[in-house]
Amino acid sequence: MNASSDATLSDLRERVTVAHRERKPLRLRGGGTKDFYGESIDGNLVAGTPTPGAPAAADPVASEPTSGDLIVGNPVARQPVSRDLVAGDLVAGDLLDLRAYRGIVDYEPSELVITARCGTPLADIETALAERGQFLAFEPPAFGRDSTIGGVIAAGLSGPRRVYAGAARDFVLGATLLDARGDVLRFGGQVIKNVAGFDVSRLLCGSLGILGIITEVSLKVLPLPRAEETLRFELSQQAAIDAFNRWSGQPLPISGAAWSGGTAYLRLSGAASAVRAAHERLGGERLDTTFATQWWNSLRHCNHTVFNNSSIWRLSLPDTTPPRHLAGEVLIDWGGALRWYGNDSDDTDAQTPNSVAHESTVCETNAQNEGPRNIASAAGGTAIRWRGAAPPTGRLHPLQPAVAALHRRLKDRFDPHGIFNPGRLVPGI
Amino acid sequence: MKQLDVAAALRKVLPADSVLSRDEELHPYECDGLTAFRQLPMVVVLPRTEEEVRQVLVACRSLEVPVVARGSGTGLSGGATPHASGVVLSLARLNRILEIDPLGRIARLQPGVRNLQVSDAAAPYGLHYAPDPSSQIACSIGGNVAENSGGVHCLKYGLTVHNVLGIRGYTMDGELLELGSRAPDRPGLDLLALAIGSEGLLLVVTEVIVKLVPRPQFARVIMASFADVCEAGDAVAAIIAAGIIPAGLEMMDRKATAAVEPFVKAGYDLSAEAILLAEADGTPEEVADQIAEIEGVLRAAGATAMTVSNTEAERLRFWSGRKNAFPAAGRVSPDYYCMDGTIPRKNLGPMLKAIEDMETRYSLRCMNVFHAGDGNLHPLILFDANAPGEWDRADQFGAEILELCVRLGGTITGEHGVGIEKINSMCVQFSEAERAAFFAVKSAFDAAGLLNPGKAIPTLARCAEYGKMHVHGGALPHPDLPRF
Repeated sequence: MNASSDATLSDLRERVTVAHRERKPLRLRGGGTKDFYGESIDGNLVAGTPTPGAPAAADPVASEPTSGDLIVGNPVARQPVSRDLVAGDLVAGDLLDLRAYRGIVDYEPSELVITARCGTPLADIETALAERGQFLAFEPPAFGRDSTIGGVIAAGLSGPRRVYAGAARDFVLGATLLDARGDVLRFGGQVIKNVAGFDVSRLLCGSLGILGIITEVSLKVLPLPRAEETLRFELSQQAAIDAFNRWSGQPLPISGAAWSGGTAYLRLSGAASAVRAAHERLGGERLDTTFATQWWNSLRHCNHTVFNNSSIWRLSLPDTTPPRHLAGEVLIDWGGALRWYGNDSDDTDAQTPNSVAHESTVCETNAQNEGPRNIASAAGGTAIRWRGAAPPTGRLHPLQPAVAALHRRLKDRFDPHGIFNPGRLVPGI
Repeated sequence: MKQLDVAAALRKVLPADSVLSRDEELHPYECDGLTAFRQLPMVVVLPRTEEEVRQVLVACRSLEVPVVARGSGTGLSGGATPHASGVVLSLARLNRILEIDPLGRIARLQPGVRNLQVSDAAAPYGLHYAPDPSSQIACSIGGNVAENSGGVHCLKYGLTVHNVLGIRGYTMDGELLELGSRAPDRPGLDLLALAIGSEGLLLVVTEVIVKLVPRPQFARVIMASFADVCEAGDAVAAIIAAGIIPAGLEMMDRKATAAVEPFVKAGYDLSAEAILLAEADGTPEEVADQIAEIEGVLRAAGATAMTVSNTEAERLRFWSGRKNAFPAAGRVSPDYYCMDGTIPRKNLGPMLKAIEDMETRYSLRCMNVFHAGDGNLHPLILFDANAPGEWDRADQFGAEILELCVRLGGTITGEHGVGIEKINSMCVQFSEAERAAFFAVKSAFDAAGLLNPGKAIPTLARCAEYGKMHVHGGALPHPDLPRF
């Protein structure tokens, strides 16, 4: 295993060194489940996740069968659109498949740390952790069974537990970077407290590969909660946002707070006595365990019915922000801090992903697309175009000029010839 | 650049009482909490507003004068040690709490606000700011951001990086940066994480938004005795392996308990080779369950005696010894040198044995207090700076501990920062290419290299020099003894 992974790493270094010398961009890829996420390399209009096939189901949890294990459904694979169509115009450059560099390098449950190579399937890691009663507390979304841990960290996305347990970056203890010069650099480490050097390992979390290849990561893991319960309350959107914020300010073992269609869901995790006491205090209807698991998984892996829409915005807002008025279906997660808006009415989204928009459509797109973005900015948040036509300012929220300039300077220093995923995180960088 | 010229330039942008340049005015700023390193700055400035901070930076940038930002000066690694031809930029006067939002559970603060002040201001709402460094009465939130400060509760509640939502600050060029925000996970590179713990090398922070969390309702602590330090180390790993995350998990060896007990009368078992303090917090039911569980694990791990705090006063008394370990070291020795390495928990026992061996070789005593739950060690090397050669031996003793930390899979600093103190040890932990990457980050923020130069990241030349020093290892006492 060691010899073969050494050889794989040598191959990667060789590919990178050649690309750097010849100034040819590389498109980094793990399982390819997050191809839809991020910007397009060349500024072309690119669709995000392919248009959905199935209409919204009546049940709030997507009708996709769930197996009960941690990774359920595959919102990409079940779409009736060829993946090539999407991936093909995502990021130009030679594909560099990182799946061969895989394997758990070190895992000692009593250290609360797991170290794995980037190509290790997320599912393998979650299985290894579950066997020892531990888990990744940031509940990374898996958009399919091929999801790799490198992709999880490069994307930096987190699930429903994010505002209670922490985000992906909060659990990154160390990372190894293969940089454009072919050097293997180690930042952070395998210990929980470490302030030696700049925190480059956390910088890499969410970098979408633009600074280099994250070849290995060390993540803090946590024991699985002893007990877990989900309570259900019939509440309006505003009442739910108020309640979530009020409850979050009290010593309650909250691990999830979400709302959809007039129902608020509150997950409690921790010692059995604490969960029981919180339930008694708050009231609410206890949800069946299987249904509760499906519900939180549908938020985590983005296969709730809101994700059946052809136009989806993901707004991150201060959690106390009152309901925003955007057309379509609303799903609230993170106790109010994450809001999904989906609809099928945005006609610009009905185009096939590859078609070039006509000038008139582009204008319409601007008007319709900048609405959510302006709403998010006004509230002090950000808006990501999750699915549907990309706005002219990009899928991810535009950066402030000074921050964008810093991105440019960091990119120039880590990757002077711009070979790694150019433009994937920030247009033109 | 002459002192008079720099002071004159700064007086153009600041009121006269905000610029100090006379020797007697400069002396209070000659060191931070690491008093072994002293240096008078050229000028000290005390701006009152964010705009004044910006103007100071712009003026210094144009004069090409180095700037060292300073909070309360409690840092333990010399991060705020002045530059001989530079300006100390004190943020002590930017000390207002700008906003407490109890419903949104955040506080917006100026950098000079003291850590404990935040929790005090949040207390009426049942909230607090979780990171609690030992110096929390005095240390500032801006300094906490610069150092990514921890505390005794960070195993459960996280470090500064986990509890800060956003910052505002200025680059050396006087450019405003807003990193992070109240809304989670802004797209783009996580520059907030990069800025936290950057030891004043990247930007000067003028505003901090922190997360406030509910105060735990109730807490109890177990004090457990062990006849062997390795057994105590294994007990720590056993607690974590049992799926328990205590609110605090601390360890002291017999030398440490012997030093603090006469001083604070905490009731420590002085016959024990090591004691563990394990705290549970939460609802009364939750605490009762967790205490019972921890007691079971500790008993199985060989604890020879256990006492559980029955009242809040008793809980605080058990902690008082741990919290007073540093002053106690100061009572039993003219000087002490505090280390801050972190190692994987499983190596706590071997590390303690190795330190014992070093005590013999360097002919110096060392008492050990650990944030055992997160493997963060604070060996306190006792020495007398007035005794010839003792400081050099203490310095080498410390460097050897840090090198062993790196070899055991850990790091040279868990929470105190590199500063000026551990800059040589950075050469051991990081390769030349890695250090080059740190300089790349530095130059992206501060192309002129004027913010806190000479700290945190060693130059190539410095590491080459340190390497040569190591070759001269024969200068160490007892060179014939095996080294780890």
